[in-house]
Amino acid sequence: MKRTIFNSQLLPWLLLAPQLAITFIFFLWPAAQAIRQSFLRQDAFGIRTTFVGFENFQRLLNSPEYLNSLQVTAVFAVSVTLLSMGFALILAVAVDRMIRSSRIYTTALVWPYAVAPAVAGILWWFIFNPTVGIMPYVLGQLGYNWNHISNPGDAMTLVVIASAWKQISYNFLFFLAGLQAIPNSLREAAAIDGAGPVRRFFDITFPLLSPTTFFLLVVNIVYAMFDTFAVIDTTTRGGPAQATNILVYKVYFDGFVGQNMGSSAAQSVFLMLIVTVLTVIQFRFIEKKVAY
Amino acid sequence: MASITLHNLGKLYAGGSRAVGDVNLDIADGEFIVLVGPSGCGKSTLLRMVAGLEEISEGEVRIGDRVVNKLEPAERDIAMVFQNYALYPHMSVRQNLAYGLKNRGTPKAEIERRVNEAAEILQIGPFLDRKPRALSGGQRQRVAMGRAIVREPAAFLFDEPLSNLDAKLRVAMRLEIKQLQKRLATTSIYVTHDQLEAMTLADRLVVLNGGKVEQIGTPLEVYRRPASAFVAGFIGSPAMNLIDSRAVPHLPGTAHAGMVGIRPEDLTLAPDGPIEMQVLAIEELGAQRLVHGTTGGEKLTIALPPEGSIPDSLRLSYRPDALHLFDRKTGKRIN
Amino acid sequence: MIENRPGLHLAAHLLLIFGVCVVALPVWVAFVASTHGPTAFMSGTIPMWPGPHLVENYSRMLDSGLSTSGTPAVGHMMMNSLIMAMCIAVGKIVISVTSAFAIVYFRFPFRGLAFWCIFVTLMLPVEVRIVPTFQVVADLGMLNSYAGLTIPLIASATATFLFRQVFLTIPDELTEAARIDGAGPMKFFRDILLPLSRTNIAALFVILFIYGWNQYLWPLLITTSADYYTIVAGIRRMADAVDGLPQWHLVMATAMLAMIPPVLVVIFMQRLFVKGLVETEK
Repeated sequence: MKRTIFNSQLLPWLLLAPQLAITFIFFLWPAAQAIRQSFLRQDAFGIRTTFVGFENFQRLLNSPEYLNSLQVTAVFAVSVTLLSMGFALILAVAVDRMIRSSRIYTTALVWPYAVAPAVAGILWWFIFNPTVGIMPYVLGQLGYNWNHISNPGDAMTLVVIASAWKQISYNFLFFLAGLQAIPNSLREAAAIDGAGPVRRFFDITFPLLSPTTFFLLVVNIVYAMFDTFAVIDTTTRGGPAQATNILVYKVYFDGFVGQNMGSSAAQSVFLMLIVTVLTVIQFRFIEKKVAY
Repeated sequence: MASITLHNLGKLYAGGSRAVGDVNLDIADGEFIVLVGPSGCGKSTLLRMVAGLEEISEGEVRIGDRVVNKLEPAERDIAMVFQNYALYPHMSVRQNLAYGLKNRGTPKAEIERRVNEAAEILQIGPFLDRKPRALSGGQRQRVAMGRAIVREPAAFLFDEPLSNLDAKLRVAMRLEIKQLQKRLATTSIYVTHDQLEAMTLADRLVVLNGGKVEQIGTPLEVYRRPASAFVAGFIGSPAMNLIDSRAVPHLPGTAHAGMVGIRPEDLTLAPDGPIEMQVLAIEELGAQRLVHGTTGGEKLTIALPPEGSIPDSLRLSYRPDALHLFDRKTGKRIN
Repeated sequence: MIENRPGLHLAAHLLLIFGVCVVALPVWVAFVASTHGPTAFMSGTIPMWPGPHLVENYSRMLDSGLSTSGTPAVGHMMMNSLIMAMCIAVGKIVISVTSAFAIVYFRFPFRGLAFWCIFVTLMLPVEVRIVPTFQVVADLGMLNSYAGLTIPLIASATATFLFRQVFLTIPDELTEAARIDGAGPMKFFRDILLPLSRTNIAALFVILFIYGWNQYLWPLLITTSADYYTIVAGIRRMADAVDGLPQWHLVMATAMLAMIPPVLVVIFMQRLFVKGLVETEK
């Protein structure tokens, strides 16, 4: 809280006006519309709209497609998070050992952050392309017949790899910062107490890294759930047979392609609830991070 | 230049807590006033009310013949030196000095002249094009003073300007501030918690405690006739001995007083003196020797010349006019 | 390190080199593909080393693009991407820095409410409310315009919180000194606050530029006229056409062009990039 304040009643509103105007017109109003529409249903010709209460929500929760999408999203988010964080943690621990070369390795590992999810999708789609891709060729030599266009498991693997790849840099940077914040004296003390490198990692480093790990868990789940739309859209488009149809993709698809406004709006409302919960967890946690 | 008058000045916070109450003070043109007291006594709040950084909730402040209660700080014709200097870190020393003048629309040539003049007075000419971060603590302090000087204000306000400096530099800067103020003859209000700084700088001291004025007077007046037991204990180093009169019932003239005060330097060794002291510890200061002990269960300190050896028990004497008597309840002086 | 184990150290180096290769693999493959002619992919063996058609492929895409996909020249799409990224980055910074100034340095009625309105946007990512937001933009006649591409995306709680945090660390005395020096609020904002926040602004700019450049869903929906296609969204339209007629070398050249500007920003402004990334998560 500031001690010194300027005495003006009008000026602060002028300063806030652009932000508030955009927030109202493009955030709050559409969100309110989504909530309103989630209680309405249009007839097949889009002429009559009727209030249907919670029917859209009920239908959604009874729809096998939506339940499938929930499940797909969970598998996808957990896989992306674990793969990306695991890989990033190993790299960060290795770079943390380096003294002179750490900068070069860091630069060589952070740039994928700048690659658009859509471009990441295209790149991996090309690599795994059944006719010209390099990976199906290699896998074919090993006796596996890769086809993400018809095989749901392959499709899920593809979108998980593409999404995780893009997020490695981010996780790596935060893990490295977390590792470098751990005082060396602690590890030295453990070494004097006779703990070898592996033991030190599990007894000292990893527990002290837990605030960073928890923070990244939340961020990665948010990323996998909401920022991977482009990866899905440039690779599998939710297919085959709904195998990669995550929630954000379904909202878009049902709204724009399926033109099912009531259902799409109800899905939006569900998603807002999920983001709200995740945001609250994140903010709760940040207060803790300060105290650690 | 101007006189400053504080009339029934008070500060109440929104929660109802009182920071300052009922302060009356007439500051003459060119006078150097020091507000002194322990932390939380309201001295900074008082200064900030004069500056216009804190809203005035009771009474009024006049600078010259204007009531300035409702004026912005910039309109009050004052300059302020902050404890942490508050130099603009992204501006050079020259820009720091010129900023206030520029905002007032002072002509370029005039700004140039005043900046150079202040730089000369404060000997910061060689640093004019450096950033504050490239300066030492003492140099930053000078720049902060320079920013006040260039404005040629009606009054200087100092908020503990020396407390971020090391002890040696603090003594040197103290002297410089004193000389500078004499030379410019600008009315000044100076806030400090350091009683030595207050004594050496002030034309008059204002001793504050708990948001109230305890005493106003010249350093010597305050030292010689402290108006309350609080002032007696706060001003002077080593601090005055304050003894419950019941511990020394044999001292003449103290019967009706609650507390008896006597300065360590006013006590002398005398084989047949009325006070007997058991020695507990001796501190050698070089020029002086402080002897700590007890009499009648009360703590006592005396200042002696550093000669001879000190036995375990001493007899002490004093001049009768060296006794300060205070009321037990109110702490007010009664002799 | 604590003890000297050359074996462990070597293993760490090998691990890192492997990691760097894995991370770089897709881009290497794309780069190689973008330097070959159209026939290289018909033969059945996939080339692993660059071919001779680099200049030809890239200049063709930059100048004329892939006409069969209905996308304009890649150079044109890159220009659109640049405009979009710049407008979003600058717009977000401008409205966030003024909002944070209002919230930190003024006391006014409903200040808390204004703060919460901005906070709530954190919980409403565009993907979640895509249909009604599209509706609003369509109703306002902002489809196929730079305004439609950028304005709905420039409200930013994250940036506002970042500046709020920065301002809270600026000592009160500096503001008081400025007030005594006769600086009103806007003068203080311009002369003191903005210069003191410049590295935060630069760091945030790097992050927001990447964010703006990489937008996909929004430009895909808002632009139906090829004039406004951005490169990241345009790639998909190009890849769609590829399904029928594989022009992999050209699609990969476009993918390379789409990632080069933001990747260069990260590599050359790594310090600012890391600062921005860490700060926006506080």
